[in-house]
Amino acid sequence: MLNQQREYVLRTVEERGVRLVRMWFTDVLGNLKSFAISPAELEGALEDGMTFDGSSIDGFSRVQESDVLAIPDPNTFEILPWVDPKSAEARIFCDIHDLEGQPFDGDPRQVLRRNLRAAQREGFEFLVAPDIEYFYFAPPVAGQRPVPLDEGSFFDLTTTDVASSLRKETIRTLETMGIPVEYSFHEDAPSQQEIDLRHTDALTMADSIMTFRMIVKEIAAMHKVHATFMPKPLEGVQGSGMHLHLSLFGNEDNAFYDAADPYNLSPTAKSFMAGLLHHAAEITAVTNQTVNSFKRLVPGFEAPVHMTWARNNRSGLIRVPVPKKGSASATRIEYRSPDPACNPYLAFSVILAAGLRGVREGYELAPEADANLFEMDDASLAKLGVQQLPQSLNDALRTMEESALVHEALGEHIFDWFLRNKHREWRLYKTQVTPFELDTYLRSI
Amino acid sequence: MNDRAGNPLDMVVLFPAAPSPDLARTLDLAGFRWKAVGSVDEANKTEPDGGWRGAVVSLDEDQEAGWAFLRAVRKRDNAVGSVLLLLSGAQLGDLELRDDLFDDFCLTPFHPRELEARLRHMFSRAGTGPTRENMVEHSGLVLNLETYQASFNGAPLDLTFMEYELLKFLAQNPGKVFTRETLLSRVWGYEYYGGARTVDVHIRRLRAKLGEEHANLIQTVRSVGYRFGQSRWGN
Repeated sequence: MLNQQREYVLRTVEERGVRLVRMWFTDVLGNLKSFAISPAELEGALEDGMTFDGSSIDGFSRVQESDVLAIPDPNTFEILPWVDPKSAEARIFCDIHDLEGQPFDGDPRQVLRRNLRAAQREGFEFLVAPDIEYFYFAPPVAGQRPVPLDEGSFFDLTTTDVASSLRKETIRTLETMGIPVEYSFHEDAPSQQEIDLRHTDALTMADSIMTFRMIVKEIAAMHKVHATFMPKPLEGVQGSGMHLHLSLFGNEDNAFYDAADPYNLSPTAKSFMAGLLHHAAEITAVTNQTVNSFKRLVPGFEAPVHMTWARNNRSGLIRVPVPKKGSASATRIEYRSPDPACNPYLAFSVILAAGLRGVREGYELAPEADANLFEMDDASLAKLGVQQLPQSLNDALRTMEESALVHEALGEHIFDWFLRNKHREWRLYKTQVTPFELDTYLRSI
Repeated sequence: MNDRAGNPLDMVVLFPAAPSPDLARTLDLAGFRWKAVGSVDEANKTEPDGGWRGAVVSLDEDQEAGWAFLRAVRKRDNAVGSVLLLLSGAQLGDLELRDDLFDDFCLTPFHPRELEARLRHMFSRAGTGPTRENMVEHSGLVLNLETYQASFNGAPLDLTFMEYELLKFLAQNPGKVFTRETLLSRVWGYEYYGGARTVDVHIRRLRAKLGEEHANLIQTVRSVGYRFGQSRWGN
């Protein structure tokens, strides 16, 4: 089948007159990277890969072992719909290998593949559907606060809504590239949008999120608008999250579903949730990897703060949505802390590892959080044993450092590099004197 | 391989590798030159310059391997045009919806004269080239089977390989309802990991690419599966 796929890609390049093939891959921080090759080079690239210098990529090689091999995955070949068909361009995602042909430890896509294989050995396929939030702003000016495009509120419909026409064009483009959209709407905050994608296997979804972020930004830029996935760009209004709807499928059936349970949750679902809750603090640096991420995880903005679960409370870390008509295949859990600035390959890897640890070791799920819980103060909560998510990037990194689970899921190469890089980010942040401090202290002290 | 002289284009490929003595004898006596192979790779490597004249594939030993071999030699660029299957009566049900993979069949144990007659008839019909239609057309959708290209209402439709194969299968059988399991086994082959959800995911991607107005070209038939175009009985 691999040969047929390669042949299909080569034929399409020929028939559609593709002039450039963009080889896409992702660095450790989750930035999309790319180099372009000509159609003449594609056949060789599909067979043997293309060598490039990995030392130029964040988190890839150390200088002395700098060359790596990018092997395109023919299953991900797509024509780029926004490029003029007269000089058509295509993209293809690559798996990075070392020069001996082994999966490269610094490649997030290979890390996710390894974690998915581990799940597969236990008989599970991991399905993910994200709800992605982002903002549209006027083009940013250095040193100034972002300027929203509209003052529309939730589900507002006005013909002058620029953002809504941008969103529609974005959805059309996503669908042309084989990324089906479930819902989309204008979110609570000014200029904030949400687009929910239909579930797929985790590897396809991580690729789709990379494509999604690039399309949203690209289409906005064509209209001189700036789209951002920054988790909390505006003070005092909701930030942008990326809630992840998760399920595990056994051979043909949803392993999270149990008709006999009052919540329709199987023992597998419950121990997966217990695993996620137990290890949530350890994986937070990966699912929320910026200094700014932690400005979103505060009370009062529908973002999770405590490591709890509930059926309908949107302040919990895990929500169990009630599926339409109790449908078996739609039974899933929603993990609410991740934000759209994360590296999806690494975030899916650590989430899966945490959940599977719970399944493998039969963790007990704590009782559902009472609605009143969210009105209690931290001291009373601590007495009940309810823990908070890490409060800052620094807290999250300290917790991650001690985690054997994250070390194993990411592999030594990425684990070490990530911690080094993010500690540096924290140190840089810590030396800043912020407007808050000037406003609060300059005159009064 | 036997050494009988003859037209160099007249080489028949046999799968799997060790043909039964009866089969080898029948082909030899009837004057066919043949080469038995154990894999697609071997068939590609040993193929004569003018291509294989045809193939005789036995499903007696490993049925799935036989189908996989056929899928490969039928779907490549220079597809093998004449294929005769050898199978037992109990396997007849498996021929359904695989008409594109073979041209004739013969039940085992076969009568040598019958097999010879069927082979001759098959090759005489094949004449100068593949007899398959090269285009599939339905409701504005055109699939060119030679170039792998798809278009919809005149505009190119960019599909991945598996999306193309799934759409082709559906469009070649319009109006018929297929279960996910059938689609999985006929389009992907059973070796594919991911189960019937793979089919759902690809159907959704196809619908997304066809666009909102035409997404209903592929219809969901509740608790059964999918259908391309209208029901053959009308709605």
